[in-house]
Amino acid sequence: MGIPLYWWLAVAAALFCLGLYGALSRKNAIGVLLGIELMLNAVNINLVVFWRYITPQALTGQIFAMFVIGIAAAEAAAGLAIIIAAYRQRDTVVVDELDMMHW
Amino acid sequence: MLTNQMVQILVFVILTIMTLGGGLGVVSSRNLFHSALFLVLSLVGVVGYYALLDAGFLAVVQLLIYVGAIAVLILFAIMLSRGLMARRQHQRNEQWWIAALVVLLVFVVLLVVLGQVDWPVADEQALLSPNVSVGQLGQVLLGPYMIPFEVISVLLLAALVGAIILARET
Repeated sequence: MGIPLYWWLAVAAALFCLGLYGALSRKNAIGVLLGIELMLNAVNINLVVFWRYITPQALTGQIFAMFVIGIAAAEAAAGLAIIIAAYRQRDTVVVDELDMMHW
Repeated sequence: MLTNQMVQILVFVILTIMTLGGGLGVVSSRNLFHSALFLVLSLVGVVGYYALLDAGFLAVVQLLIYVGAIAVLILFAIMLSRGLMARRQHQRNEQWWIAALVVLLVFVVLLVVLGQVDWPVADEQALLSPNVSVGQLGQVLLGPYMIPFEVISVLLLAALVGAIILARET
């Protein structure tokens, strides 16, 4: 393998941190969701890289990555449905203004 | 004269520019629609990573599910609440600089820690012949991993039914 393991891990860490920044700093609920998708992808890169470099004969890494993709699909569907329902009720998707459960 | 390793590194650099550039666009773009399109760029970069790591099946799954389904779903959600996007200019909340500081700190700590760990990398022979059989992947998925596989199917079904119930007009 031509690429050192550390480069992959550094790229995944950078992508995770970008996603974390997006999730923490966005006002818009959909923007927060985009940040979460970036973080899930960074974790998935790590899973596949560890499979390829540390246990290339096993299949565990790819299976786990597939499970993460499945969870991400469920999360995106449920999350966007909640955002659309909230938009219908309150006419806003700004997370600071969605405070129905706060008193 | 390009060696195999140089080509790999070149591809890696191009994919990294795509993925991290796309990620930067996602978190910094003012227009949310552009953010979602940058997310597509970033996800396609990850597809390239999987192909470079010899995980061809995962690359196809990523392209179909992430780029084909999730990204389109997000674009639909943005367009359904678009009237609001145009009015609001500020996409960042007041604590964005604290978030940037914390994230930068996390990144530096991660880089240092990852560099210090002595990873048990497999030997040369094993690295050259990874197990990339899609047939075995399917057999394992319906053999030892059958219970988690079924659980995730039920979870996906529950999430989709829940999404329909939440988002339908009452």
